[in-house]
Order: sequence, then C-alpha cells, then structure tokens
Amino acid sequence: MAELTGIGVSTGLAGGPLLRIAAVPALPEPAPVADTAAEVERAFAALAEVVADLGRRADRTKDATVAEVLRAEAMMADDPMLREAVQEGIEAGTDAVHAIDAAFATHRAAFEAAGGYLAERVADLDDLRDRAVAVCLGRPMPGVPQPGHPYVLAARDLAPADTADLDPEQVVGLITADGGPTSHTAILARALGLPAVVSCKGVLDIEDGTLVTLDGSTGRVESGVSAEDVAAVTAKAAEVKAAVENSSGPGRTSDGHAVALLANVGSGKDAAKATEAEGVGLFRTELLFLDRTREPGLDEQVTAYREVFTAMAGRRVVIRTLDAGADKPLPFLHQDGEPNPALGVRGLRIARQRPEVLTTQLAAIAQAAMQADADVWVMAPMVSTVAEAAEFAALVHDAGLPKAGVMIEVPAAALRAERLLGVVDFLSIGTNDLSQYTFAADRQVGTLAELLDPWQPALLQLIAACGAAGKKTGKSVGICGEAASDPALAPVLAGLGISSLSMSARALPAVRAALAAHTLAECQRLAAAVLDADDPAQARKLVS
Amino acid sequence: MPTRTVTVGSASGLHARPAALFVQAAAAVAPVKVTIQVGEKRAVPANSMLSVLSLGAKKGTEVVLAAEGDGADEALDSLADLLARDLDAEEPANG
Repeated sequence: MAELTGIGVSTGLAGGPLLRIAAVPALPEPAPVADTAAEVERAFAALAEVVADLGRRADRTKDATVAEVLRAEAMMADDPMLREAVQEGIEAGTDAVHAIDAAFATHRAAFEAAGGYLAERVADLDDLRDRAVAVCLGRPMPGVPQPGHPYVLAARDLAPADTADLDPEQVVGLITADGGPTSHTAILARALGLPAVVSCKGVLDIEDGTLVTLDGSTGRVESGVSAEDVAAVTAKAAEVKAAVENSSGPGRTSDGHAVALLANVGSGKDAAKATEAEGVGLFRTELLFLDRTREPGLDEQVTAYREVFTAMAGRRVVIRTLDAGADKPLPFLHQDGEPNPALGVRGLRIARQRPEVLTTQLAAIAQAAMQADADVWVMAPMVSTVAEAAEFAALVHDAGLPKAGVMIEVPAAALRAERLLGVVDFLSIGTNDLSQYTFAADRQVGTLAELLDPWQPALLQLIAACGAAGKKTGKSVGICGEAASDPALAPVLAGLGISSLSMSARALPAVRAALAAHTLAECQRLAAAVLDADDPAQARKLVS
Repeated sequence: MPTRTVTVGSASGLHARPAALFVQAAAAVAPVKVTIQVGEKRAVPANSMLSVLSLGAKKGTEVVLAAEGDGADEALDSLADLLARDLDAEEPANG
C-alpha cells in the first residue's frame, strides 16, 4: 500500500479501481505485413470494437440525444467504404494501424473541404481514428473510460470536453496530477458532488485497475488497498451521504449558533433552484452584461434583478455590482489591454472612469427591490480602502437601498475590516480572489495550486481578522468564495466568527450537516488550532 | 438501371439524424446495392455514412438514387419516400 497526498477540493470519501484518461497513442514506425488476411482481420476487429463500445455507451445513457449522437458516431466507424479503404491499404503493403490512419485521413480531408457542419464533425472523425488506432495497438481507448462499473478516474487534468463523457453512475471519485482548488476539475467535481483530489503528484504512476481510496477533504489517496478497504470506505461514504440527506432547516451548530447558509446565483433560474438556501449570498450580475456592445438599459436590468428578488421573496439577497475588468472584459466598457489585468481597473474601480454604469445599476436594483419582497443587500467588488467603501455606501443609500457592504478580496481590506465596518453594514469575503492577492498567485496558473488552498493559515488569519471585526461591531461577515462550500472547513469558519456561508446550492446540504455535528465551542477550538497550524496539510489533519 | 430523383426534405439536410436514418434504411435493403448522387459528383454507396455525409446535401438539394437487381424498385421507392420527408420534424423512434 502506498500513500499519496494532493489537495482535497471536493469533500467525501470514495474507493474503487483506478482508471485513467488514456492519451492518444503515437503512431509506431510502419511495420512490414507478413500475413495480409490476418492484418485485415486485425484492423476490422479494431473498428468493430470501436463500434461496439459506442453502442454500449449509447445503451447505457439515459439521455436520448446523447444516445443518438453516439449511434451516429458508431455508424461512421462502421462504414463499409472505410473498411474497403483499410483493406486496400493493407493489400498494398501498409500495416493495420497506418491503413486505419490513412483511411480516416481521406474522409477527414473530404469533411474539411466541405466546410460548415462537416468541418465541425472533423473532431468526431479524429476521435474515432484515435480509438481505432489505440485498440489496434492493444492500448486503452483515449478519453474518459466507460467500463460499465464504478471506478476512480485519474487524469493529468480534466478538459471541459471530457466532462460530457463523465458518467456519475460510473465515476465515484476524481484524482488529477495537476490543477488547483479553482481548476475546472475542482468546480466540476463540486457541481457533481464527486469526491476529488487535485495536484496529486504520482497518481499517473499508479497502474490502471489498482484499488485506491481517496478523501476529498484531506487530499489523501491510498493505492494498492484491499477490496475490503474499498468496501469500508464506500459504506462510510453512504453513511455520510445519508446524514447529509437527512439534514434540513437553517444552518446552525449542534448547540443552535446560527450560520446562515446562502446560495451563489447568476440568474433567476439559479435562484429558483436554490430552494434549500436561506437566501442568496452572492448574486453575480455579470451575466446580463456579457457579450454586450452597449450597456443593458435600466428596464432590462430591473427585470433581471426582480426575477431573483421574486424567487427569494422573504429571504436575503446580497447582490454584487458589476465585477468586470481587463481579465473579464465587457465590450461596452472599451477597456484597453492592461499589462496586469488582475491588478488593473476592475470591480468598483471601473466606477472611477464610468460612474454612470454604477449609478444606473444601483437605480435598477432599487426599483427591482421595490417591486419584490426580498431583503436586498448591495455590495461592491474589489474594494481596498475605507474611502472607497464610504463612497460606495453613500451611493447605495442615496439610491434608497438600506444595506451596503463590500467584498473582502484584497489583503488591504481584510487588515482594515473593523474600520470598513465603521462605514458599511456588512462584509463578504471572496476567498478565491483573497487567496490570489494574498499569495501573489494567479488563479489561472495550475502549478501554483497549493498556494491557493483555502486551508492556508495566512488566508485563514485574514478571515479571522474579519470575523473578529464582525463580532466586535455586531455586523454580518460572510464568505462567498469556494472555501464556503468545503464541509470540513465550515466549522472552522463558524469558529472564526463568520456569520454566513454562500455556495453553489448543491454544496449546501453537506455544509449544513458538518455544522450540525459541532458545538460552537468545538468550532472555536478547531479555529484556534487551525490558525496555529504550520501548513494546509497540518490544518486539515487537526480537523479530521 | 432504375433511378429516382428526390428533393431532400429534412430541415437540417442530409446530416446528423436524417443521414443516420437514411444510411440505416439503405443498409437494410441489402443485398440490393443503392447509390446516391448529387449533381455531377461521383455516385456513392448509400450505406456509407461517411460518403453520404460528404455529399453535403441540404434541404432542397436534388439527389439521384440508383439501384439494380431484384427488389431495386421497391428499395428505391422506400428510400426516396424517406428522403423526401422532413425527418427532423419526426419523433425519435426510441423516444
């Protein structure tokens, strides 16, 4: 048995045989063909296996559209003209692998030349070719494995394209060698509720089929375990799942200390799905502004905001004003390239150049709030100084909105939390950006993942400063970054004085169950221990 | 040799689902061998998905089906009828 450690990014336990996303095999040197008939048979068998595999996947899927696409692909691989070209190639002295490659290349060229719809199907042809070549070489087919039984998926990192093939009935856990807490893999895993460990060096050295277990909280991976170990972990996972499913009601510790559990939403559609949430802790308004050459008008904004406020009638909605910048460009702002967009004019800073964008948005929020029955709070992104916060709060109050707050995304703001609460009504900590700016580590750079771990004691120390300021002033301090959706971290955050956690609606039940398993005193003891840890790994160990 | 000239009726042309249904139907009339041709291009076997797709036939494109031997006429009639319909508008058989 061997132990590996990565970063746990999606909580939960899982176990099973490990299977990896196989790479596209390179073509070997051409080989002389001794027995033409046998070589043709080998090539046809490879094509037939690709067809059969696509058919099995089509049979298994519950989605009629996906099944249809898979069957159409199977028909392309089962093409008599393709087989004829392969056979002719082999009879002319080419080996099976190269004959398959050449036969696909002919059709690929025809598709490309035709353009339009067919040019878009070139990727399908390439995928079929890669699969047939792999089978012919006796290698696993590239792409997400579909063995038809539960397994743990290993990969260097997951591409968005892989996720369409990710069947939650088969994949019980994810382990990647690269990636970080904000990588695509991590976001996907949390969305699917799959335990996941990223940045796990050495996972690609484990042989396919080896039994492994993983803990998506601590980041621990054990390989070469027994079938009994896997069964025990699977049983434990089911137990936790049952506890999560049985939890209900508002967020609180076992002794009744309230921690509001809120949802992150981007539209009325999201809000309608967040039935379990006590409100919305982050309403991102960017969606309305994306791909627009002109700013959306007041009425259009009122309609979009009212949709969310109506869905959350009687509950709190924290709406964030436009969060754009050169890294998240919006065409109508005409922002020129900046040498370092993450440190450029973004968030509230845009109001320095385009104040009317903010005042229009606040007017729209105020109108929408009048027309619905939600408790509307407004906050600004990317605030660094008390002066910025005071100016924003004045604009919010001028618009007739009672609650103004700011996001804590910059260490400068966290360090001045108490003074900020002197001029605003609440704080909301965006842990993703606060990590990025505290550790000077770009969120997009996978190799810096361990610096962006929400369990980093320095990050938790800044959160603690904000929590303490909230307690002292009696004002609300929430978290709306990825850290809020980690059940293992939830008791620690409650112990640090955080009064609300906002996350994707799907993560909510597990966080609620984790809070309910501790008293406030236990949360505070955990928080003190974690602040005293040397590094994230030790911090996690103290809690588990 | 019996032939039929048909105008493609499916909204998306002879692509995706309509192409799959047509190729399946053409394979089902074996041993009758059916070819399909667009304009002056070479006639291609109707049971070859890749060849049929490569025709790039759109809604309204005129195609010529040809077949020989026993059952050729019946096969051509049923395939011509299929091509003329708007298959995109019809429900998938397997729901």
